[in-house]
Amino acid sequence: MTKIKSLADLKKMKADLQSQIALREKSDNPEGRVQVRVAMATCGIASGAKEVMEFLIDELEKRNIDAIVSQTGCMGYCYAEPTVEVTLPNQDPVVFGYVDKKKADDIIEKYIKTGELLEGIIPVNYEKID
Amino acid sequence: MAKFKMHMLVCGGTGCRASSSDMLYKNLKKEVQEKGLENEVQVVTTGCFGFCEQGPIVKMIPDNTFYVGVKPEDAIEIVAEHAIKGRKVNRLLYKDPVKKEQIPDSKHMGFYKKQIRIALRNCGLIDPENISEYLALDGYEALGKVLMEMTPEEAIQEVIDSGLRGRGGGGFPTGVKWKIAHDVKGEQKYVVCNADEGDPGAFMDRSILEGDPHSVLEAMTINGYCIGATKGLIYIRAEYPLAIKRLKIAIEQAREYGLLGEDIMGSGFNFDIELRYGAGAFVCGEETALIHSMEGERGEPTFKPPFPAQSGYLGMPTNVNNVETYANIPVIINKGAKWFSSIGTEKSKGTKVFALAGKINNVGLIEVPMGITLREVIFEIGGGIKGGKKFKAVQTGGPSGGCLTEKHLDTPIDYDNLLASGSMMGSGGMIVMDEDDCMVSVAKFYLDFTVEESCGKCSPCRIGNKRLYEILDKITKGQGTMEDLDKLRNLSQVIKDTSLCGLGQTSPNPVLSTLDNFYDEYLAHVTEQKCFAGQCKDLIRYEIIPENCVGCTACARNCPVNCIAGERKQVHLIDQSLCIKCGACMEKCKFNAVTII
Ligand SMILES: Cc1cc2nc3c(=O)[nH]c(=O)nc-3n(C[C@H](O)[C@H](O)[C@H](O)COP(=O)(O)O)c2cc1C
Ligand code: SF4
Ligand code: SF4
Ligand code: SF4
Ligand code: FES
Ligand code: FES
Repeated sequence: MTKIKSLADLKKMKADLQSQIALREKSDNPEGRVQVRVAMATCGIASGAKEVMEFLIDELEKRNIDAIVSQTGCMGYCYAEPTVEVTLPNQDPVVFGYVDKKKADDIIEKYIKTGELLEGIIPVNYEKID
Repeated sequence: MAKFKMHMLVCGGTGCRASSSDMLYKNLKKEVQEKGLENEVQVVTTGCFGFCEQGPIVKMIPDNTFYVGVKPEDAIEIVAEHAIKGRKVNRLLYKDPVKKEQIPDSKHMGFYKKQIRIALRNCGLIDPENISEYLALDGYEALGKVLMEMTPEEAIQEVIDSGLRGRGGGGFPTGVKWKIAHDVKGEQKYVVCNADEGDPGAFMDRSILEGDPHSVLEAMTINGYCIGATKGLIYIRAEYPLAIKRLKIAIEQAREYGLLGEDIMGSGFNFDIELRYGAGAFVCGEETALIHSMEGERGEPTFKPPFPAQSGYLGMPTNVNNVETYANIPVIINKGAKWFSSIGTEKSKGTKVFALAGKINNVGLIEVPMGITLREVIFEIGGGIKGGKKFKAVQTGGPSGGCLTEKHLDTPIDYDNLLASGSMMGSGGMIVMDEDDCMVSVAKFYLDFTVEESCGKCSPCRIGNKRLYEILDKITKGQGTMEDLDKLRNLSQVIKDTSLCGLGQTSPNPVLSTLDNFYDEYLAHVTEQKCFAGQCKDLIRYEIIPENCVGCTACARNCPVNCIAGERKQVHLIDQSLCIKCGACMEKCKFNAVTII
């Protein structure tokens, strides 16, 4: 049985449970966080978007970066799949094309951590409505 | 452990379950499993999101997509499109009633924009049947903090400093009440949660108990420690089966985790909670009546003092608070009195939950900071009056409250302002009325309720309210006199001054406030036998305008008593002696030929 025998016990338990629900808390204030969106339409999935998304979720957490990773539908760049859109807090979104795990790693290390731009950026050719 | 990258929050509140949200939950779960996504997508049943009218509701996290009116069979499309391909299912998005555009996420919906959720913080966010989710969101941390790091006096002081006032209607300062119960000596003290919720139209307490039962258990335990009680009782009406079920689960889980029972969190403090069921009489919500009902006596009020804090359940010092009051406590302890008191007005701190209903576009449960204006609530959160009609009045405070008008729209809502305007906060019912509502009928409706619910113990309330009702009835039938208008006022005053309990002391309020604010309407009923709103059947007549009538016979075919005569393509005529004033003819006529006079 999981008796909680002290305040320290309770805090430890909370720390373990927090990750389960962190996503719900974070999505409350998306503007203040790094938002990563992976295009997940048919062609995206076919060219490996799913693996890239999983890699991003795992690595961002491992590297302690407060980010929300979500998926979107077709972004219209079929030729450059998998594509990933990154929005740093208070900045315009940037879209990266041909993202594999290696490139995803670069995106985290360079663009997300330091804001340094990488090769393979696709000029944003649409306006976001929401 | 599964690593979820998406959460689907399915509303499991009473409203949404009534339209099959549990079936929807099962279907979503099944679809997710069939598509092999059970380690990626978590499907959760939560408490009420507040927007019950639009339910069943599904919220997708992390993109906050807010789906409304979701049917069980929509599960397939949601999983295939949203969960797998990341495309929103557009037809399920909420459509703004005014701007007519779709709004994909809750953050941008007018209904949610001005809300601050403290008492409802976890409703619609966590699974109320899973203590882990409550623990993950700081659950029981306030209790731990109080038990380990604070004396009862310090904790009480924190509640006093927060400025929290009782949310059950009276608005008595909660911390002060706790201090009185703490200071009184008694071999056994009790903590009672008032979950009777009798106000017509109010369902905030039910939603809290259904959506976040642990917050109430935690607060009651904190109160037990503060006043020196080891027993807690929740008085809940038997008509709330889902709330009862979730409370039972929560109590069981809290005991299992050592958060209720003996030696809580190793602190040496013992406290346990039991449920007591009420039969759902309005007067049983009054605290002395509630205590008698729990003791197995008739649910009748007795004179105060002594107050429950002095002599309550079984004659012992008892602290009675409302569900919503308790739900605020853990946040106050965790975030501090200073944080809490920074929200609200000078004398009313924090937020209040309202059940917004009536002739308004967005009906639902909202939590707003004290000091917000009625205009903001009705026109921004509520999305304005339905069907483009004109705002007439808003009734607050239920049967104890009154009707406010246009001139009150910019008054900041708090306990004192509402009282000063002739209404009151009450438990938070808020019913919006438009030009089609007759204010005399509204007053009559509330009096009808009070007459039904009066316990009959004292004569002003038992006989007086009945007389008030009869006079109002007479007026709506066009038989009222000017003398009756004076009688209404005088009798109201006497009932207010001489009734034993809060029910009688406030029952004339709907009459007095409508007399004050809509005297014209009373006058028209009495002197001209006219009902502006066309609601009082005895004062209206359905007539056919000969110039507009084309003789289509639609009215005659639909009249339930066959009192419309006329040949095809000829002007029709209503036999007034037979007409029962059902309005069917007016509804059916496509040529605007039927009118009310
Ligand atoms: C006729 C009448 C009905 C009441 N009904 C309720 C009720 O349903 N729920 C409630 O919490 N308080 C109700 N009250 C107020 C209670 O008597 C009491 O003041 C309240 O539960 C105290 O809690 P609070 O200080 O947290 O508001 C009612 C009072 C009266 C006079
Ligand atoms: S005021 Fe009405 S409800 Fe209250 S004790 Fe008297 S009769 Fe009963
Ligand atoms: S429905 Fe209207 S137009 Fe047709 S017969 Fe009746 S009153 Fe005349
Ligand atoms: S109001 Fe009803 S009863 Fe009267 S004429 Fe019209 S349909 Fe017939
Ligand atoms: S389907 Fe991949 S960008 Fe359109
Ligand atoms: S019951 Fe579902 S939103 Fe209220």
